[in-house]
Amino acid sequence: MVTTLKEVDAVVIGVGWTGSILARELTKAGLSVVGLERGARRVPAEDFALPSIRDDLKYAVRQELFQDTQTETVSMRHNASETALPIRRLGAFLPGVGLGGAGTHWNGLTWRLLPSDHVLKSHLTQRYGRNAVPAEMTIADFGVSYDELEPYYDRFEKLCGTSGKAGNLRGEKIDGGNVFEGPRQNEYPNKPLVETEAGAIFEAAAKSLGYHTFPAPASNASAPYTNPEGVTLGGCVYCGHCERFGCEANAKASPNSTLMPVLLAEPKFELRTHAYVKELVYDRHARKVKAVRYVDTRTGEEFDQPAGLVILGAYTFNNTLLMLVSKIGAPYDPKTGKGAVGKNYCYQVGGGVQVFTEDKEINPFMATGAGGMNIDDFNGDNFDHAGLGFFGGAWIQCSPSNGRPILTRAVPPGTPRWGAKWKEATAKWYNHSFYINASCANYAHRENYLDLDPIYRDALGRPLIRMTYNFHENDYKISAYLTDVAVKIAKAMNPTMIGPPQARRGDFSVVPYQSTHNTGGTMMGSDPRTSVVNRYLQSWDASNLFVMGASVFPQNASYNPTGAVGALAYWSAHWITTTYLKSPGPMVHA
Amino acid sequence: MTDEPIRRRNFLKGAGAAGTAAAAALTGGLAARAETAAPAAPATAPASAAPQAAAPEPPLTLTATEAAFLTAAVDMLIPADGLSPAASDCGVVVFIDRQLAGAWGNGARLYRDGPFLKGKPEHGYQLALTPREFFRVGIAEANDWSRKTYGKEFDGLGAGDREAALRAMEAGKAEFAGLPSKDFFDALLTITMEGFFADPIYGGNRGMAGWKMVGYPGLPAVYSDAIEKYRGKVFRPPPQSIADFS
Repeated sequence: MVTTLKEVDAVVIGVGWTGSILARELTKAGLSVVGLERGARRVPAEDFALPSIRDDLKYAVRQELFQDTQTETVSMRHNASETALPIRRLGAFLPGVGLGGAGTHWNGLTWRLLPSDHVLKSHLTQRYGRNAVPAEMTIADFGVSYDELEPYYDRFEKLCGTSGKAGNLRGEKIDGGNVFEGPRQNEYPNKPLVETEAGAIFEAAAKSLGYHTFPAPASNASAPYTNPEGVTLGGCVYCGHCERFGCEANAKASPNSTLMPVLLAEPKFELRTHAYVKELVYDRHARKVKAVRYVDTRTGEEFDQPAGLVILGAYTFNNTLLMLVSKIGAPYDPKTGKGAVGKNYCYQVGGGVQVFTEDKEINPFMATGAGGMNIDDFNGDNFDHAGLGFFGGAWIQCSPSNGRPILTRAVPPGTPRWGAKWKEATAKWYNHSFYINASCANYAHRENYLDLDPIYRDALGRPLIRMTYNFHENDYKISAYLTDVAVKIAKAMNPTMIGPPQARRGDFSVVPYQSTHNTGGTMMGSDPRTSVVNRYLQSWDASNLFVMGASVFPQNASYNPTGAVGALAYWSAHWITTTYLKSPGPMVHA
Repeated sequence: MTDEPIRRRNFLKGAGAAGTAAAAALTGGLAARAETAAPAAPATAPASAAPQAAAPEPPLTLTATEAAFLTAAVDMLIPADGLSPAASDCGVVVFIDRQLAGAWGNGARLYRDGPFLKGKPEHGYQLALTPREFFRVGIAEANDWSRKTYGKEFDGLGAGDREAALRAMEAGKAEFAGLPSKDFFDALLTITMEGFFADPIYGGNRGMAGWKMVGYPGLPAVYSDAIEKYRGKVFRPPPQSIADFS
């Protein structure tokens, strides 16, 4: 039995970054908003307090803050001829659960996509010719340009107290910042984080090769900061417990540390935790979502929450799952290329090299999730791809994020995995080693997509999302090229030795952690036949439904997606509150 | 290859100072003094001395045979030497026992719906077994294989045969019936490292021996000032654990 509740103005599904931002903007516009969060409430002062928040086993290894695969997971196969098997234990990526979502346990890297990333297909076609992009590379433009999105990137950075240094201020290039970035109207809200030893070594080596180093844009406040919402963040204490942990210093921006204090005090906002959304009740004729059906996981009761406006702000996989099980929009078919739900699922491709430097004290435990130094000389289309045989690139980073020894203790190649020799090497190199990482772009491929698994089900009885995914030629080539650059920088450090270059080879594996930058599945665009939402993130098939998050990316740039996710949320909120609410209905006519 | 028998160690004793004596016998020389040292070792004691005598730890889930296997195995993976005591003297078997007895050991955060199909390595773990069940099966298989190969269970072997047996499992060359020996070895190595490096509140890393070995300072990890002051410099305060702040 399903109980139908009293209608509210808006429902937000998932109270992570995008759900919090939309809830805040919509309540400011006078709407009553209900936030449905499948996980528990989190109170930083209680849940992320010292000393327990430094528990490496509990958080980093046993996955305390992540989605529980017993409730919901994803199945994976490498191509459409195989049977997908469920990811029984999380490994490659770590979606979040609970108030704040994955915004609780992220590292804080807050990038703006490059101007060319926003218009990727047009840009590459214009620069390299009409036939340059191979047919199987199903990349597209976002439908919103960098210049249009710039004020919203700015808003998100100000919300987060992002630390960094501008490299392009209103068109003026500034050494020491990222000179490849699009023009910014404003400097970062906080000065860069303190440089680490590894970052300093990288900076000197990269500069000696003529590359342009800059500190990463980090939503780990380098100094206490009060954001425009009036919420104060603490200064980063460089504890080396960012990724996979909550922040006890309230220095890492998260929905909890930046918005929740005002949102939870807002009478027009009601948070319902343990509210697990099962499907959207879709009226195909009216082309609207009538209600959001959810299960109260404390009691098992089901409710329909009717709402005038529905914001789908769950994780990439859940957004796509809810569109598919609710039968909103046409599922993507890789054989015909038709349909858009589940299309252009993308990930991230790794590359890089480990450096061993006997005479340098790295102190890897003094770290933040987003400190260190970087270059963008080989990112996106910042370098000429003519004749290279691939598109895309990577930001190259030297940013040891932790020295937590359960997982972080590199040893030189050839070291046994155990025994006295392993001990000797581990003790010797723990403080004298770090990684240079190339976070490579992953451009959409016709054969990579998401759909519903025909065999495996989640705790609510729904099919799992099935990922048909593998790396393809473009990915291997980017990784090889960028790993060569990383090796060149590593050698310029005059290290004692380097590890084997980590250019990506072989099939995608769900086992080792790679990245929680899962994108696509509900891509944005300008054509309802090839996209799921329009440039305002409004569903083409349900005008009162807006979809948030990296699931709207047509492809994944090299950068961590959260900066663009936050900017797009503010962008969409702006158009909802200034235009849509005045005259509800499709904002773009196909 | 050394084949002198090592006496089967008692799990209960393994938690205390008596365990150190066996470790000293195994490695010789360096740790020998610890045998007669007072339970609270002096500050100048070599790193391989047992950090402190602890009360016997009754196992929560491990059988005596399993505990004997694990003690023998983890002490090969992390042997006593000048860098640290042997793994079992650092509480690693206690750690494994508690982990297997708890939520994780019984399948928390493990999707366990069927069908259970054989996947590729890239699909990761695809068995129906919980970690507790996996170790029950794996240890039994390892001892069966050891009996067939050497005529004794694993913990009855000399150091040379123990090492050879572990290398055979690591390479997947030991033939197990229920599961690949390589998978068992990998799980054993992973949980041993977890026990050696996790916060001591879980029963392993006793005396923060793992942290001392590498120079990890532990808690509170507030480096607002140290990050600049010690950039590129040696920073080795005595480590502290969660318990030191509780």
